[in-house]
Amino acid sequence: MALSRREVLQALGAAALFLVTGEAGRALMRRGGRGGTTASATDSADGHETTERQWAAVIDLRRCDGCRYCTEACQSTHYLPKEMEWIKVYEVEAENGNQFFMPRLCMQCENPPCLKVCPVAATYKNSEGVILVNQDRCIGCRLCMAACPYEARYFNFRKPPQPPDGFQQPMPEFPVPQRLGTVGKCVLCVHYIKEGRLPACVEACRMDAIYIADLNTRVMTNRSGETYEMSRYLRENDAFRLKEEMNTSPRVWYVAGHGQRLKGERWS
Amino acid sequence: MVLQQHQKADLELTAMRPITRPGEYYWVIVAGLSVLVFAAAVAYLQQLKEGLGVTGLNQRVSWGFYIGDMVFFIGISYGGAMTSAILRLTNAPWRAPLSRIAETMAVTSVLVGAVFPLIDMGRPERMVYLFRYGQVGSPVLWDVIAVNTYLIAGAIFLYLPLIPDIAVCRDRLGPNTGKLRYLLYERLALGWRGTDRQKRVLAWGTTVVAIVIIPLAVAVHSVLAFLFGVTSRPGWDSTIFAPYFVLGAMFSGVATVIIAVAGFRWAYHLEEYITRKHFEYLGYIMMTLGAGYGYFMFSEYMTEGYKLHEGARDMMELMIVGRLAPFMWLFGIGGLVVPILLVALPITRNIFGITTAALAVLAAMWLKRFLIVVPGLAEPMMPTPLVIYWPSRVEIMITLGAVAAIPLLMMLFFRLFPIISIFEIEEVAEEDAKRTAEALHQAVP
Repeated sequence: MALSRREVLQALGAAALFLVTGEAGRALMRRGGRGGTTASATDSADGHETTERQWAAVIDLRRCDGCRYCTEACQSTHYLPKEMEWIKVYEVEAENGNQFFMPRLCMQCENPPCLKVCPVAATYKNSEGVILVNQDRCIGCRLCMAACPYEARYFNFRKPPQPPDGFQQPMPEFPVPQRLGTVGKCVLCVHYIKEGRLPACVEACRMDAIYIADLNTRVMTNRSGETYEMSRYLRENDAFRLKEEMNTSPRVWYVAGHGQRLKGERWS
Repeated sequence: MVLQQHQKADLELTAMRPITRPGEYYWVIVAGLSVLVFAAAVAYLQQLKEGLGVTGLNQRVSWGFYIGDMVFFIGISYGGAMTSAILRLTNAPWRAPLSRIAETMAVTSVLVGAVFPLIDMGRPERMVYLFRYGQVGSPVLWDVIAVNTYLIAGAIFLYLPLIPDIAVCRDRLGPNTGKLRYLLYERLALGWRGTDRQKRVLAWGTTVVAIVIIPLAVAVHSVLAFLFGVTSRPGWDSTIFAPYFVLGAMFSGVATVIIAVAGFRWAYHLEEYITRKHFEYLGYIMMTLGAGYGYFMFSEYMTEGYKLHEGARDMMELMIVGRLAPFMWLFGIGGLVVPILLVALPITRNIFGITTAALAVLAAMWLKRFLIVVPGLAEPMMPTPLVIYWPSRVEIMITLGAVAAIPLLMMLFFRLFPIISIFEIEEVAEEDAKRTAEALHQAVP
């Protein structure tokens, strides 16, 4: 049977349409991306527990005194300019008039709005549930910054500070130095925790307010080594997450203590 | 009536005057516009070298003039294309002398608008990643696909009715017009001889493109709106955004058509073909669209303002009584009420009044794009104060360059191709003659 050029083109067009709509549908249905808490520790083939973690954080607002050592430590670790506060400490007034401080790092959402909108998949979730940015891929469109309801993303408007020699191989897990014209954000110091060290902000928190946690083993710990069973700690201390109603499912929990509203979505 | 021989000669002379004798001020204006475009290019080079830090953008308001310009310029393009397409499909005979200007405006402004995402990109050299690693789930990719498709369709829509006119250029100007130019006419005319078959094929093709371009234009501005609508920022988190943007695009687009028509009518002495009637009709369309836009705005503010949810409340405060309120009211009064009155009142319903109204609409719609992009980002979602953005010299120069680029490109285009669609005017005249003959036939059997 001899196909005419017209028929071939029609078939190709139909196939392309099918592929595009199929992929678009899948992309729209996808919520979250790779990883997630369901990737349980016993998934490995030999049945033994793997060392894979699902990282999270807990912040005890009762302890935070607003010293901002965490911000400084983060900035010097990642060679960030002053305006880029991957961990930012907000000064907030609660409904009863109390002042309190609230550090905000990247929430490492299970369902990250920033990841969904990235046109080139420069933002991704690694196997440990940490949201990372491939700065070799990022085109700098900044839609992710608008999409992040926690305002946790920062753009390199100017040439970023350069570290002394030795850090010339930036990677998503340790994006130092930052790249001009791309977006950067808190990486939960995955490069540190892999080596058994604490993230820079946790290490710097002299008030022991920030805990790093693993959702697989449900263990949380801080600089002084105070260690708790996470789910019990969260329950007993009425922990909350920011902007629950947005269904981002953040991996950072807060413990309130200054009369603030639980789930405090907005403040005056 | 069919065009008489002398009428036809006259029409061809007028339509092709910019090609043969563009006038003494032509080069002065072209030079002036080119300087602005050149200045914009220099400003962009500086931005390319130093990064987006040369703009007034900051960590919170990370989109500003550039994204507003993109929405604005692509928006006015739809106005041109849709006016022309809808009037063609509804067989409005008065469109004939306007359609070339409207379609050229549509193509040039979408070309200019499509450059802005690149200017806004932190890493423009990675543009090709959009195709290599494109994620279909991202609104940015929807925009890339939609705008490019629309650009191609718009170019075809401009080209098809141009073919017979290119043939006129080929035949009238002849080989004396220069070797290269003649070759261009010869190639682009595709051997047009005006046979019945050719006319049938062309009419069919133009109708198909006119039909296709309408949903395409709607789609493009809808996905542009989704760029904002998919986020959860107060002011952007709205279900009405897609139709809102489409209507705004048509509104500003018709205003641009009026301005372009007024400008070229004056500069190229088209008074014989473009009359007050044309301005009135376009003015009515603009007025209707303006009323529709005001209605959309009202619906949005009414429903948000009644409930006053936390995020929306701060936004409403900012826009209605807060720091951006003067701009918002300026838009409402200067961009909606005054232009509508200028068209509606018989005393100002003349060419000057309607063109003034269109200028007000255009300026106000640019402001409105700015008021959509910036406050949505300026209004915090975390407990921090409002962040204000003010554009830098680089952003202003690039924007001015883009504004200048559209008339410049149009003027250069009309140096090569007839500014009035000779073919369409003849076609309309022929149809008219046929209809008269039929009516006569029925009346006098």
